[in-house]
Amino acid sequence: MSASALRLEGHERRLLLLGGLAAFCVGVFMTVDAGGRWDFVLPFRARKAATVLLVGYAIAVSTVLFQTVVENRVLTPAIMGFDTLYLLLQSGLLFFLGSRTMASLDTRLLFTVEVAVMVCFSAVLHRWLFEGGRRSVHLLLLTGVVLGVLFRSLSSFLQRLIAPGEFDFLQDRFFASFNNPDPDLLLVSAVMTAGASVLGLRLLHACDVLNLGRDVAINLGVDHRRTVSRLLAVVAVLVSVSTALVGPVTFFGLLVANLAHGLVRSHRHVHVLPAAVCLAVIGLLGGQLVLERVFSFGANLRVIIEFWGGLMFISLLMRGALR
Amino acid sequence: MSTRSPDSPPLPEAAFARSESVARPAKGGPLPLLVLAGLAVLGLAGTSLLIGVSHVSWDALLAPSEHQRAVQVLVISRVPRTLALVLAGMSLSVAGLIMQMLARNRFVEPFTAGTAESASLGLLAVTLLAPGLPILARTAVAAGFAMAGTALFLLILRRIPLRSALVVPVVGLVLGAIFDAATTFFAYRFSLLQSLMAWTTGDFSSVLRGRYELLWGAFVLTVVAYVVADRFTVAGMGEAFTTNLGLSHPRIVALGLAIVAMVTAVVVATVGMIPFIGLVVPNVVSLMVGDNARRSIPWVAVLGAGFVLLCDIVGRVVRQPYEIPVGTVAGVVGSLVFLHLLLRRNDRVG
Amino acid sequence: MIEARNVSRRYGDTLVVDDVTLKLPERGVTSIIGPNGAGKSTLLSMVSRLLPLSSGTVLVDGMDVARTPGDALARRLAILRQDNAVTSRLTVRDLVTFGRYPHSKGRPTVEDRAFVEGALHHLGLEPIAHRFLDELSGGQRQRAFVAMVLCQDTHYVLLDEPLNSLDMKHAVAMMKELRRAADTLGRCVVLVLHDLNYASCYSDHVIAMRGGRVAFQGTPDELMRPDVLRDIYGMDIGIHLVEGKRIAVHYR
Repeated sequence: MSASALRLEGHERRLLLLGGLAAFCVGVFMTVDAGGRWDFVLPFRARKAATVLLVGYAIAVSTVLFQTVVENRVLTPAIMGFDTLYLLLQSGLLFFLGSRTMASLDTRLLFTVEVAVMVCFSAVLHRWLFEGGRRSVHLLLLTGVVLGVLFRSLSSFLQRLIAPGEFDFLQDRFFASFNNPDPDLLLVSAVMTAGASVLGLRLLHACDVLNLGRDVAINLGVDHRRTVSRLLAVVAVLVSVSTALVGPVTFFGLLVANLAHGLVRSHRHVHVLPAAVCLAVIGLLGGQLVLERVFSFGANLRVIIEFWGGLMFISLLMRGALR
Repeated sequence: MSTRSPDSPPLPEAAFARSESVARPAKGGPLPLLVLAGLAVLGLAGTSLLIGVSHVSWDALLAPSEHQRAVQVLVISRVPRTLALVLAGMSLSVAGLIMQMLARNRFVEPFTAGTAESASLGLLAVTLLAPGLPILARTAVAAGFAMAGTALFLLILRRIPLRSALVVPVVGLVLGAIFDAATTFFAYRFSLLQSLMAWTTGDFSSVLRGRYELLWGAFVLTVVAYVVADRFTVAGMGEAFTTNLGLSHPRIVALGLAIVAMVTAVVVATVGMIPFIGLVVPNVVSLMVGDNARRSIPWVAVLGAGFVLLCDIVGRVVRQPYEIPVGTVAGVVGSLVFLHLLLRRNDRVG
Repeated sequence: MIEARNVSRRYGDTLVVDDVTLKLPERGVTSIIGPNGAGKSTLLSMVSRLLPLSSGTVLVDGMDVARTPGDALARRLAILRQDNAVTSRLTVRDLVTFGRYPHSKGRPTVEDRAFVEGALHHLGLEPIAHRFLDELSGGQRQRAFVAMVLCQDTHYVLLDEPLNSLDMKHAVAMMKELRRAADTLGRCVVLVLHDLNYASCYSDHVIAMRGGRVAFQGTPDELMRPDVLRDIYGMDIGIHLVEGKRIAVHYR
């Protein structure tokens, strides 16, 4: 028994450790301070935990895949304006359909439509990224950041056009929070995530080759165009899921993906992806737990993630990650 | 010391003759056009005076029955608002221009260098630690924070290897996001999110007489910037050039930073942040009349005022009787223009 | 008189300029030559207070450059570096006018304008005086920068590779203009040059550097000898007498 454990390689041991830690976080989250009312507490917390797991998974996987596609560790879907686009989409639909139509529509149908639009956007982005010559990373980065500001401003513009107050009411309906997960939305999200994952799983080995760069990948016989456009579609679905569930979180993906790469020190996605997911779950659940139980800070988790994520981003730049 | 030394170059007659013709404003910035632009901005200001829920028109101002009420609305709310718009627009645009000269980068401005965010962090700190301070002292503290934040930004820039023109604003925006996260954290903890909103989103709807006058200070700073305009132009040519011409580069940077920080702090404290105006206006002016600050500052000031007035008017008209804050409108327009500048320059910057 | 006393400059552990002591002639054209990395540009930057010295002193007319107020020095000494990445959108005339800044502090007088026009004229920039720098070719921009430095009207004019990106015609015109400044105006022009033949044909005095030290000082005729050049560059260079000037042939 101990002999086989010793034969585990370094990254496998670290992966096991991360998985254990993540499971521990889930366990503590489910049971701490339950006060004996298991019949009530367990299902409620299970839904909460499921949301967190789904979101962590979506953010981690989408970021790692996106970084593979653009061959850079600084760019993430969130930094490129993906999740603010989802925000804009919400506001746009609300504005053009009107709140009454919107309210009468099935949440699941709406969500499906939105995801479809997001996938279309990823196709547009793909064309812009890879056709008409390679663009500089710097230009990509700045364009993405400014697009993010544009989408954010546009959606708050549209929100102001809708009668004030009305939006706040609807916001609850469309942005489930960790504390109030909408079961319907959760189910659709899970289904979508599963679908995207199946598609992504088949591309996993191609991803490893993409890591070597576009030219090498083509030389090794990978259909670069097709692989990349499919990967971007997967990313679009996952970003929609995570944004729909908790709203935009700009730097969390960056944090998780870079930590995963640093911890696992393997180029293989089979190792990096699970590590990133575990880290995301640990970060979200563990962070929430520590904040709530130790500091009793309430719902400040997102702000703290933005703070540390931003610091990591700048330190990455200072270490020359854009070279 | 401009005495002509005995060994000055033998100047051809033709050169003297031509030098007369140079004395008038050079190409690109003819005075009549600037005056025309100024008049257009005055027109916008006039329009701005007449828009609002309470009915004010030239007729009403002249009619004896309505006269008193109309004048009151005008004096207490409309005139201050219009003045505030003009002053904030001018000073923020010129602040953006100065930053672009100092950082030698077209894409920096108070919003893309962490200046505005550190100013609002400063305001929050004062509100929490010394709530009794008068507005002037609070703004001074905010200016101190803004200056420290911007200096940090410049420091980080120096540490980033292979600095590309395009990475500079990204660093600033992210640094701003970090400051913003810190501010939001404390604002949330101490239930000050409402005040934070006021600082982060430029909004002139609550400007009344007695609440905007600090902006005149920003205007004075803008005038100072115009007086020393040549220094900024020289600094924009780089450190070696500046030293060669006998000026101290660090001192110009310090002066510029002080002006930018104070202007930003004043604007954030009185009306809130208006994103991208300091970027859009100077870039457009640069394309029109170039970067000689002596020539471009008047243009930047006039067009900056016009831009903010226009954004405010749009925000007020689009959804009457509600208002869309000028910061939101400027965010949309500004980022669109920014993207255009970015992708148009693509082949040159890359 | 420009005088360097025991001047050194180190970057980390490497000594780029190693204990250089030298006096530059008061008048005329002095060229500094030497292989890449010999410390030529670094020396020039230190003499003109663009770069702080690691040790030693530089005196310009007896004034210590490290302690003299920048504007006083700017009326005595002008420097143009090699890489002039000016990103500002300035017209050529704007740029040259800034050469008068040390004298007029940004309020150019009619007299200043005359200097500007003179400099534009001498460097053949009149046809493009109204154009923006970013619309010009590398050679045109280089001439505009030199015009600005000449417009500064200083006794000492220090130029780091002023022939960069100039075609033959403009390179010759530039050297003639600098020669003229030295001859008719009695200026002290110091150049870093890469082309030995320009140094040979246009300078009164040559300083050769190698490995951060001064390897040779003298007249062009003393320099342009195969044994001297082999010492400096570590390669064989043939010298031919063409039209009374010593010309180096180093292509083979």
